[in-house]
Amino acid sequence: MKKIVNVLGISLNYQAKNGEIEAISNINLDINEGEFISIVGPSGCGKSTLLSIISGLLKPTTGTVDINGKQISGPSSIIGFMPQKDQLFSWRTVYDNVMLGLEIQHRKTEENINYVKKLLHTYGLYDFREKYPSQLSGGMRQRVALIRTLATKPELLLLDEPFSSLDYQTRLSVSNDIYHIIKQEKKTAIMVTHDISEAICVSDRIVVLSKRPAQIKAIHTIDSELQKYSPLARREHALFRTYFNQIWRELDANES
Amino acid sequence: MNHNNKPILSSARKIYLKKTHQTNFFIILCKIILILGLIGLWEIAGTLGWIDSFIMSQPSRIIRCILDLYEQKTLFEHIGVSCLETIVGFLLGTFIGTFIAALLWWSPFISKVLEPYLVILNALPKVALGPIIIVWVGAGQKAIIIMALAISLIVTILEVLHGFDETDSEKIKLMRAMGATQWQIFRYLIFPANIPTIINSLKINVGLSWVGVIMGEFLVSKAGIGYLIVYGSQVFQMDLVMASVVILTCAAAIMYQGIVLLQKFLIKHIH
Ligand SMILES: Nc1ncnc2c1ncn2[C@@H]1O[C@H](COP(=O)(O)OP(=O)(O)OP(=O)(O)O)[C@@H](O)[C@H]1O
Ligand SMILES: [Mg+2]
Repeated sequence: MKKIVNVLGISLNYQAKNGEIEAISNINLDINEGEFISIVGPSGCGKSTLLSIISGLLKPTTGTVDINGKQISGPSSIIGFMPQKDQLFSWRTVYDNVMLGLEIQHRKTEENINYVKKLLHTYGLYDFREKYPSQLSGGMRQRVALIRTLATKPELLLLDEPFSSLDYQTRLSVSNDIYHIIKQEKKTAIMVTHDISEAICVSDRIVVLSKRPAQIKAIHTIDSELQKYSPLARREHALFRTYFNQIWRELDANES
Repeated sequence: MNHNNKPILSSARKIYLKKTHQTNFFIILCKIILILGLIGLWEIAGTLGWIDSFIMSQPSRIIRCILDLYEQKTLFEHIGVSCLETIVGFLLGTFIGTFIAALLWWSPFISKVLEPYLVILNALPKVALGPIIIVWVGAGQKAIIIMALAISLIVTILEVLHGFDETDSEKIKLMRAMGATQWQIFRYLIFPANIPTIINSLKINVGLSWVGVIMGEFLVSKAGIGYLIVYGSQVFQMDLVMASVVILTCAAAIMYQGIVLLQKFLIKHIH
């Protein structure tokens, strides 16, 4: 399988007013094309920092990140970032929101515009393209945010707790939707989450981080049998409990 | 059958609606009675000699005075002069203030360097600068407009800069990840996200600008509502002073309402 991301021995220290904060310590991680990876870890351990480094927004203190074999040195259009909450711009219509990335990158070609329109069609948002975000439900907004990320045709998606602002019910169905969209568009994805169940439901592999400074504590490859199921169905499977308990114990051991 | 498509109201709802309707009507009625009562009392007090209407003036004399101004064809000239100065003052204050705020947002370094000076300037009562402004730019309309500008500029810079700096950092992160330049972040995110803040400044600046204009007209002018007030008091014609204050109240209120309408319109259409 082709490797898309190669994280090599990265560490990061924040320089704050009251001292140096060690956020990440020596993380190594390889990610294959088409894989869906979840990162779980105690709050404040450095998950967002790790995503920021992979996205090229932050330079690691030591170590390198290679994407498609090339070391990154800043944001690139290979990567699509989906932040916490949907972060849609309330003054732009749905259509103008999803076009944001292409506009910024001066890539509003006919081909790209048609691709975005196709995405809106496929995922049931085309009829809402002239609406403003405030007129949409939480689940729809999340889909708009994903299409905004997909619009620039990134190969790798980085999702930082994308569902954390949704209520439980919506969260289940939206994570199910988003999972299917990401698989259908054949994207590689790295998702940070607080929710162990969510991680088990959508991932191929789950990375468990220690408390700060974040180190990799364990990596769980989800059984290929369980991977065949859709997110909602995985919750019913016997293996679900096993993974859940194991990861929960690993995170819990962090607390003491 | 309900043919006219109106929802059928429960009796409790009908009673509630009727009651709120009555309360609202009563409030409006009291407002009107209050103002008419005060004007009436003032008029009667003057006529019956309870107060000296030469000093206190009187509603009927104020109205006559306004009609006189109208007949002399100077009423609208004075109103026009003051309104123009005020509008130029608050527009300049808002535009220049927003522009400077944008520069300070752009360079956190300059922003930090200038911060204490902005705070001190903000605390200074700007009318104290009046005489200096007159010496520097001459006793004319220019001085009045600069006065209005001086009063609103610093507050605008501080308010708008605060808004710019408070813009959601996750949204900035999103744009950075898309490869946006600093200018694109400003143009696509910081500025549109803060249009409500800017309009709010505009609203505050209308009031501040009136203060500057009237102060300025007290000091230098040959025309305008502030000029009428000073002139009236110098020739001890209290009717003219009171009439000018009434005109000023109306002009300021109408202008403020205009901005409120503009704000509603813009918020509805872009936010
Ligand atoms: N710009 C910064 N300067 C200094 N310290 C920072 C900065 N950003 C984050 N930190 C600190 O680094 C640590 C890791 O932060 P990070 O946001 O990566 O954690 P996280 O795992 O994403 O947290 P959460 O679960 O709350 O999302 C935290 O202790 C945080 O306080
Ligand atoms: Mg985080």
